[in-house]
Amino acid sequence: MTRDFTTDEALSPDYEETAERVDYSFGLKRRSFVQILSAGLLIAVSAPALAQRRGGRGGGGTRSIAARIHLGKDGTITVMTGKVEGGQGARAELSQAAAEELRVPLSQIQLVMADTSLVPDDGITAGSGSTPRTVPAVRQGAAAARDLLLDFACKRWNVDRNAVQLKDGKVTDAAGQRTLTYADLAASDDASKALEQPIPSDVTLTPVKEWKVFGHPASRPNGRDIVTGAHKYPSDITRPGMLYGKVLRAPSYGAKLTSVDLGPAKAMKDVVAVQDGQFVGVAAPTAFLAEQARAAIAKTAKWDLSPHPASKDLFDYLKQHAHDYPSASPFADELAKAKHALRQSYHVAYVQHAPLEPRAAVAEWTDGKLTVWTGTQNPFGCRSDLMRAFHLSEDHVRVIVPDFGGGFGGKHTGEVAEEAARLAQAASRPVSLRWTREEEFTWAYFRPAALIEAEASLDDKGTLTSWHFININSGGSAVDTPYRSGKTRCQFLRSETPLRQGSYRVLAAAANNFARESFMDELAAAAGTDPLDFRLAHLENPRLRAVLETAASRFNWKERASKKSPNTGVGLACGTEKGSYVAACVEVGISQGNITVRRVCEVFECGAILNPDNLLSQVQGAIIMGLGPALREEMRFENGEMLNASFRKYHVPRFQDVPALDIHLLNRPDLASAGAGETPIVVIAPAIANAVFHATGFRVRAMPIEVPKL
Amino acid sequence: MDSKITFTVNGQSRTVATDPQRPLLDVLREDLQLTGAKYGCGEGQCRACTVLLNGKAVASCMTPVAEADKQTIVTIEGLASGDKLHPVQEAFLAEGAFQCGYCTPGMILGTVGLLNELPNPSEEDILSRMQRHLCRCCHYQKLLKAIRRAAGQTAQSAAPK
Repeated sequence: MTRDFTTDEALSPDYEETAERVDYSFGLKRRSFVQILSAGLLIAVSAPALAQRRGGRGGGGTRSIAARIHLGKDGTITVMTGKVEGGQGARAELSQAAAEELRVPLSQIQLVMADTSLVPDDGITAGSGSTPRTVPAVRQGAAAARDLLLDFACKRWNVDRNAVQLKDGKVTDAAGQRTLTYADLAASDDASKALEQPIPSDVTLTPVKEWKVFGHPASRPNGRDIVTGAHKYPSDITRPGMLYGKVLRAPSYGAKLTSVDLGPAKAMKDVVAVQDGQFVGVAAPTAFLAEQARAAIAKTAKWDLSPHPASKDLFDYLKQHAHDYPSASPFADELAKAKHALRQSYHVAYVQHAPLEPRAAVAEWTDGKLTVWTGTQNPFGCRSDLMRAFHLSEDHVRVIVPDFGGGFGGKHTGEVAEEAARLAQAASRPVSLRWTREEEFTWAYFRPAALIEAEASLDDKGTLTSWHFININSGGSAVDTPYRSGKTRCQFLRSETPLRQGSYRVLAAAANNFARESFMDELAAAAGTDPLDFRLAHLENPRLRAVLETAASRFNWKERASKKSPNTGVGLACGTEKGSYVAACVEVGISQGNITVRRVCEVFECGAILNPDNLLSQVQGAIIMGLGPALREEMRFENGEMLNASFRKYHVPRFQDVPALDIHLLNRPDLASAGAGETPIVVIAPAIANAVFHATGFRVRAMPIEVPKL
Repeated sequence: MDSKITFTVNGQSRTVATDPQRPLLDVLREDLQLTGAKYGCGEGQCRACTVLLNGKAVASCMTPVAEADKQTIVTIEGLASGDKLHPVQEAFLAEGAFQCGYCTPGMILGTVGLLNELPNPSEEDILSRMQRHLCRCCHYQKLLKAIRRAAGQTAQSAAPK
């Protein structure tokens, strides 16, 4: 499938928000489109299946106020959302949204998140969607409840709206004599019936200049439970009589189980073992015993192995298998008459999200009904997966997502829930299953590797006259260029995918920005222009210009870029994605082929700032997380086996990697708020790559970045 | 074969009959329902499983439970005194030093272990000691602020009056 952005076709968000699904179907014959790629992992590989949205985006249809907000007669206010908290700050932000519109203190809001039997489907928590879509949905519900309280008071006191005031959850009459609260509304049978009404579409939201909660720091509401260890993550959930599970995995990608003897496991005291097609697992009273049981049957398993491309051949493989690879340059005429014509290829490795809490689920069957506690970004999608896998109706599956230990786009699926549920079914007891780190590094999905080819031409004034940009395999987000570039064609081509792949913090925008911003630096050099000036000369978008100019000025770019210091370089990059804008200037030090990022100045703008503290945390985290794939992270594999499936061999950022950070958040109260957890990452790798060139004269065209030892 | 192992956890004497090779982490979580210590890697590379063994921060995923026999253990659940948080917990809460929070119990106990040994650590001491702890949200800036804040308080209270 080709996405060609020279046409009006809009970018479908589906590709970014999905992941190759492990398509378990227990007890019945599997559907024909499912291809067996490995034991225990049945991955739907057809493009339509990839694009198939699970769980929906939510927010559609009319909803009653009561589906969003429950008012207790005791004064408790419970707000319900299908969004999840994986550390990105949705719990605080959505609580703010409700408090702002209800005019109550933030501490009065109880937020129930992601329990499919209690909350509305707000869609998957992905694509920076909570801020632009769920925050308004919660605000509308809360504003509608607020209006009901005001109506209730006006009716009871027989006064006009302008004769009452709502503050701190209390309506007061003009004389300040009488008050009514949400508890009073809940206690009135008549008035509370109105909560069953649909949320009016024309409900008035509080304008930015009147915000009392938004725009101010809000800390995580359950922060105390985090520091005391009281919070129960999915892997911490305990149920009476619960067993611990382990799953038999294939020795390599694509291997198919031909036989296995469960006898050695079943011979162990209190151990349950089950085989259902390619799925084989065990459950035992301790994880230690379950692992012994798993190891015992692993020795008996026979596998059909299948050939698998190695990471060292990855980029040739992606190019050879690219769909609809163009046969000729579309702008050959421009290249022929150009002062300078450049063509480069960029490589971006497969990387793993490696959330600190691996996939985990506790599954419990009661009277044919299934309840699962799990860490997923897609609770309703996970429910659909469970319904499909176990042939259950919607009212027979409940998915509960406790605040979990990191997602970063890596937990869009529900395979661990299906595995735990199959084990619990076999054991007739609740089962807790937590993937090992090695399983995460092997069988979870990966950020897709990218091969990017870029071609451009410059006239004698140093102006871009053509731009052709092809992303093979990693995706279409930010494949389009924000620069004025003459004849322009930007494409995303699918390829065959050596590894199971899916979303990751901004998915392809990281790769596309890396290639584009690195290539822009090469073009600037060809034109003999400073990289900042070259960009500004081709850039119209005022928001992107603003972050770039601010970053350059804070960093003192002009002076530092014109100076040469030994083993030191500076570089910059900018980009936009998901409605937010970012630019960074970095300084690196280079010694013996080692790159040290010494300083990062990043300017970020995402409209009106809702929670400044959390925004700063997200930007800091994205910058430092981005250092990993920029400098070191890369999944290596051969013969279908991962060669570095551990934190010993796969080096993610740690304390000593933290550079000096100068982060500036540009607030635009006049603009709608965009999500902010992803975009700040996109400029880190290209800014470092450009700084490496400034320091060494060596052009970087791959992530992770390597420089020759000089 | 199971062995009887007795240790003090969060001030209470506990006895478990279990395989002595089981990781202390599993015994705390599965047998004693102390789930504050987390599994992150199983090989001491992330330290989400950190507990205090005789006041020293150790990776409980790498510690066979037999090594805890007759020893004293403190987990995150035992750090506060009733409702009063430990100063390191206070510092983490005040600085908002967590995003997903999964690494937090290990970070806090790692900091307590560090301050037990070095009440007035230098920036280098903090960085080299905490280097073994992973935060995948990469919240290191605020973690460092919280650790420095906690260290400042410890140093103050340890200073001669």
